[in-house]
Amino acid sequence: MNEIVPSSGRAVSRRERGGFGDFVLRTHASGGLVVQPRMGFSDPDEMRTGLIATKEASATTVGTLTLDSYTRVGDREAARRALRAGLRLNGYPIVEHGAELTRLVLNGVRGPGFPVQVRHGSATPLNIFASLIEAGLDATEGGPVSYCLPYGRVPLAESVRNWARCSEIFARLRETGREPHLETFGGCMLGQLCPPSQLVAISVLEALFFYRYGLRSLSASYAQQTDPAQDREAIFALRRLCAELLPEADWHVVVYAYMGVYPTTPEGSYKLLARAAELAVATHSERLIVKTVAEAHRIPTVAENVAALEYAAAVAAMARPARGPSLTEDTQTYVEARTLVNAVLNLDPDIGRALLRAFQHGYLDIPYCVHPDNRGQTRSYIDGDGWLRWAEIGSLPLSHVVKGTQPRAMTSAGLLDALSYVQRKFDGAAPSAIRRNDLRGKSGHMMLARSPAVNPGSGVS
Amino acid sequence: MNEYAELSSDLADAAVDYSPEGRGRTVVVTSLASDSHTWNLVFLQLFLEELGYDVVNLGPCVPDELLVEECRARRPDLVVVSSVNGHGYQEGLRVIRELRAHGELVDLPMAIGGKLGVGGAQDTRYAEELMVAGFDLVIEEGAGTSAFRHFIESLPQRALP
Repeated sequence: MNEIVPSSGRAVSRRERGGFGDFVLRTHASGGLVVQPRMGFSDPDEMRTGLIATKEASATTVGTLTLDSYTRVGDREAARRALRAGLRLNGYPIVEHGAELTRLVLNGVRGPGFPVQVRHGSATPLNIFASLIEAGLDATEGGPVSYCLPYGRVPLAESVRNWARCSEIFARLRETGREPHLETFGGCMLGQLCPPSQLVAISVLEALFFYRYGLRSLSASYAQQTDPAQDREAIFALRRLCAELLPEADWHVVVYAYMGVYPTTPEGSYKLLARAAELAVATHSERLIVKTVAEAHRIPTVAENVAALEYAAAVAAMARPARGPSLTEDTQTYVEARTLVNAVLNLDPDIGRALLRAFQHGYLDIPYCVHPDNRGQTRSYIDGDGWLRWAEIGSLPLSHVVKGTQPRAMTSAGLLDALSYVQRKFDGAAPSAIRRNDLRGKSGHMMLARSPAVNPGSGVS
Repeated sequence: MNEYAELSSDLADAAVDYSPEGRGRTVVVTSLASDSHTWNLVFLQLFLEELGYDVVNLGPCVPDELLVEECRARRPDLVVVSSVNGHGYQEGLRVIRELRAHGELVDLPMAIGGKLGVGGAQDTRYAEELMVAGFDLVIEEGAGTSAFRHFIESLPQRALP
């Protein structure tokens, strides 16, 4: 019998505050899974329509405001220009729209039965935190590592400082009687090809970071990878580490439907989403972030989001918790993750400095991450059984834990093969060249080219 | 929108046939200022290196000024802009105008590919506008490899000092 430490009911005073985390834990306690879209539109009306549709979907949902990339990188001028020119952004520009407009978007929609989370991906999130707090929101996500290394050029030290400051400010919402909720994005690093033990370790370390800065309502993320059994092992490891290291916090686990190259067929993408919903239920996870059939092509519509939410909820309702690894089993993933977490925590009593030193020493090292503060000595591969494994551990402190790694040269074709492994598996095993030709024929995508040789004024040679 | 450009996957077909013709030539691979995707850049780097090119990978979220600086300093034979986040059209227009405004970069071969707008294949007007603004090649995702191959093959040889 699995022994899952109940993550609810520890702190009545916190429960009384309500909020995002409390809603998710209450839903879980009554046997439900909260499903959530990754939805964001630049137009306030469309955003409101999307939130209402999410709320009214036949599923237990929470709402999402996903911000646009200009806001994410702090380019307010670009966001303003695009809005003035009537161009659609890839998300909701919360800073440009301002608190008053955002309150109107949320008015009558957001409430105790429908909390809303802000999602962004910024390593410089001060303006974003200020805007969301001013708009009355109290749930968001990110992390000093996970919102920095994969996504841009901001030095890790600067991101750690920014996230420390934002976490502190955000935690002070507790003084006003509310319970701010912060989710780690660390379980999703680069979306794919990061071995699960390091995803778990970073997710836990970011949760600890948030806790140290005063937050008490947390969630730890984990993104579906290449194999369901390995994913179950990883999430049980994540739960065990959260239970061991965050005994005083209210926490839950959020599972992300696959974040990498997504299937292009509706059948393939629904199948993959179904596996994610089953994974969430099997591992007693409390929340699931869905993906849609449009994911491989463009930003999904409201209707596509609702369809994905309802489908995931229906699959989850029929799924059963797995017996799987228990909270006391020392699986390979648990041992690796625990070793990484301990090694990092031992580097410095200050967790922010510990994270910085970890990346300097290569105690954390994300495969294929091009950020200058990532050492880039590790490599991963998908083995014959579909498990994501270490090919090279670089300076990770895992030499006594991970056996038999073999450096292998990664070619562009090999990388592409690994990146599209899940897509191929779920779209059917058609040879990729044929499938691409088929797509080309149907879609009528455009390509325009001019030969440099006839480019007017071209005289380089 | 986590999927990196299908441009990349289409290019894989081409890799088989190439001889290392890129030897001694430099390609700058870059994203645009608000685009955080990197798998497309990692793939393009490997792909072009296998063709013998020296690749300078500028990474994600490259501000316009940085791209211009790098082009002026390195004088590459080709710049490949890969954009996946749906802002490729908006930011591509901005950066190409900025770049072409520098006399020495007027002839620099510039290619852009990926998801250029947020609406998928319906955003077809974008390619034409990007060409008019000064790109030499625009590839929307899923468009295939032949034009890109032709384009690389026809790049002028570097004028040696």
